Amino acid sequence: MSVTRPTVCGMANDVLLSASGLTKRFGDFTAVDGVGFAVRKGESFGFLGPNGAGKSSTMRMIGAVSPVTAGELRIFGQDPATNGPQIRARLGVVPQHDQLDQELTVEENMWVYGRYFGLSRAQVRERAVELLEFAQLTERAKDRVEPLSGGMKRRLTIARALISTPEMLLLDEPTTGLDPQARHLLWDRLFRLKRQGVTLILTTHYMDEAEQLCDRLVVMDHGRIVAEGSPRALIRQHSTREVLELRFDVDDHAEYGAKLAGIGDRVEVLPDRLLVYTEDGDTAAAEVHDRGVQPLSSLVRRSTLEDVFLHLTGRTLVD
Amino acid sequence: MSTDVFTARGGHGPRPPLATRERVGAVTGYMLLVYRRTLRGTIISTFLSPLFFLLAMGIGLGSLIDERTGGVGGVPYLQFVVPAIVAMQTMWLAMFEATYPVMDYIRWSKLYDSMLATPLRVRDVMVGHIGSIAGRLVLATSVFMLVAALFGGFATWGALWCLPIAVLTGLAFTVPIFGFTATQQNEDGFNILFRLIATPLMLFSGTFFPIDQLPVWMQPLAWVTPLWHGVESARMVALGTVDPPWLALHTGVLLMFVLVGWVLCERALTKRLVT
Repeated sequence: MSVTRPTVCGMANDVLLSASGLTKRFGDFTAVDGVGFAVRKGESFGFLGPNGAGKSSTMRMIGAVSPVTAGELRIFGQDPATNGPQIRARLGVVPQHDQLDQELTVEENMWVYGRYFGLSRAQVRERAVELLEFAQLTERAKDRVEPLSGGMKRRLTIARALISTPEMLLLDEPTTGLDPQARHLLWDRLFRLKRQGVTLILTTHYMDEAEQLCDRLVVMDHGRIVAEGSPRALIRQHSTREVLELRFDVDDHAEYGAKLAGIGDRVEVLPDRLLVYTEDGDTAAAEVHDRGVQPLSSLVRRSTLEDVFLHLTGRTLVD
Repeated sequence: MSTDVFTARGGHGPRPPLATRERVGAVTGYMLLVYRRTLRGTIISTFLSPLFFLLAMGIGLGSLIDERTGGVGGVPYLQFVVPAIVAMQTMWLAMFEATYPVMDYIRWSKLYDSMLATPLRVRDVMVGHIGSIAGRLVLATSVFMLVAALFGGFATWGALWCLPIAVLTGLAFTVPIFGFTATQQNEDGFNILFRLIATPLMLFSGTFFPIDQLPVWMQPLAWVTPLWHGVESARMVALGTVDPPWLALHTGVLLMFVLVGWVLCERALTKRLVT
């Protein structure tokens, strides 16, 4: 084991993570196809995309567990190919599936994990108390993990990832599969971490999650980055201010697409509804009514990242 | 290791690397918690079942054989069979530990992945896990030997050497099978392993009768299996009939299984986990 002391602590402009031409291939399949990005200290950065977009593969490379096929990746200024353990020592990882020992207790899971980072027994016990408090699991500290709810297990996984005081936290779909209440609780905790200056890197296929948590994000599709920016900037750039959603009593919504042509900036036809992109939803709704078209329901809402994704790829995020 | 190191490991910036001892120790520390949790089940599986063999074969069948033939080559059947049962029961535990729990960590709970997200490497995880299995084999074999001794299963103090021999025999199974598990997608292969490999080995490795009772063509099969070498070695030291060149050969074969198995295992595990 080499005792590397890289001189990258005070790196120029505090870039903790950078990639260019980053590629991951599994045999003939290209999971990540030449992506580039840079994340600064304290930022919270997201990878938004549908399942199979290459988000998790990218995350595993950033986590210095999956070898890079091609391109350059630097984490804390170090190359994961040569400095994997040194990089991982400074990362906290929340994998997509919790990977907890269900037979052990909540606190035992914490202690065990802290020891993998070389923390002393006293240190892991002390940290576990603080972090279980943070994760609102103090009362369950001595309980087995298995019967805990999905949200609790997720919070435990996050608490566990924090035991080594990581400088960067990697979260792979942190709230997938959780009920709304559990998600909001989790977002609140992540938001607190962000306020404390922890750099967050997360993947998600929920646009609301990306909007809530990310300062900046990239939209991924088929292993490529199709757009990059802050949630607000992406919406401004790739969508309109408002969206009018219309549902009709028909099997194929396409037949109404033509009837609505010219209303708003553009009309998207989805299997179950029509989306009219416009600066002013109420005016568009009035125009629809004037043409004598009678929708089953109509709803005016603000544009979201979902609309951005739809516009960029022609597909919805969550099928 | 001073407190400073630990403080630095909780702070920002490059952190002091972990010594090998710390990395492996963290894994064995975890395994110890797991074993403590499953202690009761372990006692039943690793202790009672060989005890049944001891009662049935050693005492039941043994008294019949001793009455008819005066033992095996002049040795009471119980003392003939006990060292072999020691090696055999260690083999069973060693095989079990290298299959289902390993598959669990690779695929079902993915706990190896959670370990590899930390400063640990594949080798640390492997050394830690196999080291823990070795510890478990030592414990289970000791307990069983103690019980067997109380039944009068051992003739000499040399029988104490059965412990390291049985553990070495166990590792000659654990290490290669650990690697085999790393190549498997599910537990189907384990059925074949236990039914078509472990069971015949148990029956035809000179455990319950000397292999020269077997048809000539079957005898070379015993030579290439670790269990026969373990059984022969354990029997030699327990009966005080050590033949040094043979003992060296037997233990050499066992060691070879461990070493070659180790190389293959590390390769297979790395291929499986680092993708």
